[in-house]
Amino acid sequence: MNLGLSEDQLALQDAFTRLFDRESPPAVVRAAEPLGFDRGLWGRLVDMGAPGMGVAADSGGDGATLSDLVVVAEAVGRAIAPVPLIEHMVAARAHPVDDVVAGASIATISLRPARPDGTWRLVPAGAIADVVIGVDGDELVAVRSPATGEAPDNHAAAPIADRSARVGERTVLGPAGDFAPALGEWKTLTAAALVGISVAALQLGRDYAMSRYQFGVPIGSFQAVQHGLADLPALIDGARLLTHKAAWSGDQSAPGICNVDDADITDFACLAGMAFVFAAETATRSTDRSLHFHGGYGFSVEYDIQLFYRRARGWALVFDDPSRECLRLADELFGPVAAGAA
Amino acid sequence: MDFSLSPQIEEYRRELKELIARVITPEVVEEQHRSGTFNSDALNLALARGGYLERAVPGLGKGDPVELWLLFNELEKAGAPYDGISITMMIAGVVNAVGTDWQKERILPSLVSGEDLVCMGYSEPDYGSDVASIVTRAERDGDEWVINGAKMWTTMAQAAKWLILLTRTDTEAPKHKGLTMFLFPMDTPGITVDPVPTMGTERTNATFYENVRVSDQWRLGEVNGGWKTMGVALSFERGVMGGTSQSVQMLREFRRWAEAEGLMADPLVRERLVRVAIDSEVAKLLTQRSAWTAATGGEAGLQGSMTKVFATEAYQKASRWTQEMAGAEGLLQFHQPDAAGDGWVEYHARHAPVTTIYGGTSEINRNNIAERHLGLPKARR
Repeated sequence: MNLGLSEDQLALQDAFTRLFDRESPPAVVRAAEPLGFDRGLWGRLVDMGAPGMGVAADSGGDGATLSDLVVVAEAVGRAIAPVPLIEHMVAARAHPVDDVVAGASIATISLRPARPDGTWRLVPAGAIADVVIGVDGDELVAVRSPATGEAPDNHAAAPIADRSARVGERTVLGPAGDFAPALGEWKTLTAAALVGISVAALQLGRDYAMSRYQFGVPIGSFQAVQHGLADLPALIDGARLLTHKAAWSGDQSAPGICNVDDADITDFACLAGMAFVFAAETATRSTDRSLHFHGGYGFSVEYDIQLFYRRARGWALVFDDPSRECLRLADELFGPVAAGAA
Repeated sequence: MDFSLSPQIEEYRRELKELIARVITPEVVEEQHRSGTFNSDALNLALARGGYLERAVPGLGKGDPVELWLLFNELEKAGAPYDGISITMMIAGVVNAVGTDWQKERILPSLVSGEDLVCMGYSEPDYGSDVASIVTRAERDGDEWVINGAKMWTTMAQAAKWLILLTRTDTEAPKHKGLTMFLFPMDTPGITVDPVPTMGTERTNATFYENVRVSDQWRLGEVNGGWKTMGVALSFERGVMGGTSQSVQMLREFRRWAEAEGLMADPLVRERLVRVAIDSEVAKLLTQRSAWTAATGGEAGLQGSMTKVFATEAYQKASRWTQEMAGAEGLLQFHQPDAAGDGWVEYHARHAPVTTIYGGTSEINRNNIAERHLGLPKARR
């Protein structure tokens, strides 16, 4: 057992945190709205080799583990960086072609299967990606086609857009079931990004509570405010641990187990779904509390907490309602509903 | 991060599970709920014989904090009565940390034998969270101290051989600086024990001290250093010694019943039970992290505050949900036909309220987190 980060991971954390502090401050995030993409920042990530870092070395990547990518994804979330790094890293591992590994082409995944007419609806990074990987019928396919560069107006200023699973250069990667690991990786890395959003929201709320004076004192000295903030560190630490446990299980070659009666859960699909649900709740709660303690200013566009508040919801909901993810998890944890049952 | 346990620890856990399965019979659990004394001498002796108690004393160096976490985690998941030994092991850790050589020789072997328990006299009728204001007096008389006063919530006093008692020895000094701790036999003349029944079945007590004379050699820690001695105990209590995995057994019992009743097809039930399982996993990981932090030389006290607030509030929510989902059958108690989860659902709903109160209320823990973790100023109320 070792619940700390490795030397390499601490170096990764430091490098990406410094990069985003410098290249993705809130001014950059705001300037990238409404599309939610900064091509210059993507270029900096390409220069660092980030897009392909999770690809195996024999496919041209750095062979970083999912656990390593979790560290990077948390840094993405802390800065709400306007780049599709999480979707791209997952897509590159599933379909490691040269231009994708290099980041010269942007790749993404459709979290939902194609509709009967062949449309992948509201694909994350669909407005900017050159390659989309996803399920169409009983096949897992990669489709290369031009992006429009435009996203419908949306809550999170995310570059989501509809894409076609049929029109374009279409490559069959395997049966639809092969998509499960990629989806588990996306849930895990998105959970990490939501942890990052939560960390940033708590920091903003704490700092505001110390700088805002009412009744002659900082509002952070009022117990009602303190207790609202004091709930968050346990949620954040818990979400981070669960996310890392999911990544750890994803990095194992042997399959895990899912014994809920004994609270012994090491199965990747289970842990990835659990991390997604818990991190989504944590980010929702953290941004909610932080915005509230900003008072009216938190509701104004001028203050940064609203940027985090909207993405805390959008980055999770682009997949699904966490409650519906719970129902899918119920099948894994408790077994499916018996045929003929109510 | 690496979440796997070493082969030695896996073996430790496997043997521990076997011991618990052998000793914790339905009769043992039954006796706990009949008597209100959440302790099993048979379990304590078996654990002592297996060397588990000696290894479970915090800081003694026989075992490590990961074993300590697993011991109470496995006992709790099994629904075993462990309140007696958790207090006893915690206090054994305090004796080891601040006791004299004479105290270690006289007291520690008794505590790790599985035969003798300790009870704690900290809170008083008028002082709970504000424990530094307690007024039970210890006054020096030559080589002895004379103790007068009253304590509340002296759980296990009816079964304990030993008492750890927080007293006031200086009424002039600031409240934290006039306290002294003692640890001495419960059969010392002048102590009376009045039972205090609770909603959660477990019996606790009010204890009264009338001219109780104890030799100075029973003083634990410095004169007027009682606050520091108590801090040592709290740092263990809020760490890894139980109280963070109570939902696991409840979920298991509820689900077994819900399967038989056909409730497991209900999406509302399924969603809520998954949320309970997720919260249990998070509580487990936070506790595991505290054990790892302690095992690698870190300070896990503040993490313990965070874990306790999260785990106990999640357990309360889960116990309310399971009782509500069970409907009228969730009202039925042990031994009643049709009782949800054989009565466990009702028991947990009745037990859960105390968990955010004892061992440091959620509010006191949030004060700790706000001031020591978030660096916020001392709170205005």
